[in-house]
Amino acid sequence: MNWLTEPSLQGSLYILAFALIIYGLMGMTGPRTAVRGNWIAAGGMGLAVVATLLSGMADAWLIVLGLVLGTVIGVPAARKVKMTAMPQMVALFNGVGGGAVALIAWVEYRQYDGFAEQPLHVSLATLFAALVGSISFWGSLVAFGKLQEILASRPLTLGLAHRPLTVLVFLAGLGCAVGNPLGIRSELLIIGVLVFAALFAVLMVLPIGGADMPVVISLLNAFTGLSAAAMGLALDNTALIVAGMIVGASGSILTNLMAKAMNRSVPAIVAGGFGGTASAG
Amino acid sequence: MLLANFAILVLAGFVGYLVISKVPNTLHTPLMSGTNAIHGIVLLGGLVVLGSGADGVLNKVLLVTAITFGMINVVGGFLVTDRMLGMFKSKRDPAERER
Repeated sequence: MNWLTEPSLQGSLYILAFALIIYGLMGMTGPRTAVRGNWIAAGGMGLAVVATLLSGMADAWLIVLGLVLGTVIGVPAARKVKMTAMPQMVALFNGVGGGAVALIAWVEYRQYDGFAEQPLHVSLATLFAALVGSISFWGSLVAFGKLQEILASRPLTLGLAHRPLTVLVFLAGLGCAVGNPLGIRSELLIIGVLVFAALFAVLMVLPIGGADMPVVISLLNAFTGLSAAAMGLALDNTALIVAGMIVGASGSILTNLMAKAMNRSVPAIVAGGFGGTASAG
Repeated sequence: MLLANFAILVLAGFVGYLVISKVPNTLHTPLMSGTNAIHGIVLLGGLVVLGSGADGVLNKVLLVTAITFGMINVVGGFLVTDRMLGMFKSKRDPAERER
């Protein structure tokens, strides 16, 4: 069964997989072909998973555990959710995707002792993935909380200090991320990136009103795609790069289109909660 | 290797841009949900890192969590998109038949 573990077989299956994903996505842009397109993309995803597993896996039981847990949690959640609760469900699914990126980046950092002996691009791409993945995870959780009315859906702020604090927290996260390529190998650094990114995401989404939330979710969706593409660069995995970047690019365009359809602009929405433009809560 | 990957990154960006640029307003939400399912591909990252051998309990716990998260993203995303589109179809079909 040696040919099964051949890297070129995995590479070929990846090409087929993302061809299916792109073709499926093209179908989803028209009302008639959308349902079929969705399942074609899902087929491509399944193929990509199988191709990855072919290369031979250590800890097979843990992998099966993860896959089964994900299915057992994901399928009922998607089946039972009410149509009216769809947006927050999408936010939640988007969030766990971003969370997965952040966790993988953290483990990569631990495994390679802060990338002391790795090329620079691995370090940069992983830290970017950690930063953006964490923003996506926590931002989506706040969006979920607001739409589910666990948090007030009206804009929440800390008053005048809110905007400077948000910028400060983001710069702190960025500072931690820059520390590693400059030679600091401590694990506190990546934890700093994850925590500051989380704080930034919470501060960013809290002031945004419920009506603008779909646009924000779409923005966070694009973020998760970008972080997945960065993770693909770090892991040298073509399927991650292609699928992640397609979502990153299409998600950004889609965010813009959605904002335009509401007669709003993306910067106005993101800054809107700071008392700039009034947004309907 | 890095340059080839960058080339793929740039081209994929253009593919994403071109695919979406002609989408009708009504399909914005299902399309967002569909692309949301696609970035669940990070699942592969978890599989690769855990499958190539992770040491330490914490690393393994984090990776199993990541795989679980990725899998929720994938299966949940595609199912939810299908349900959204299903609702769409029942509304649209009569109109289409009239034409």
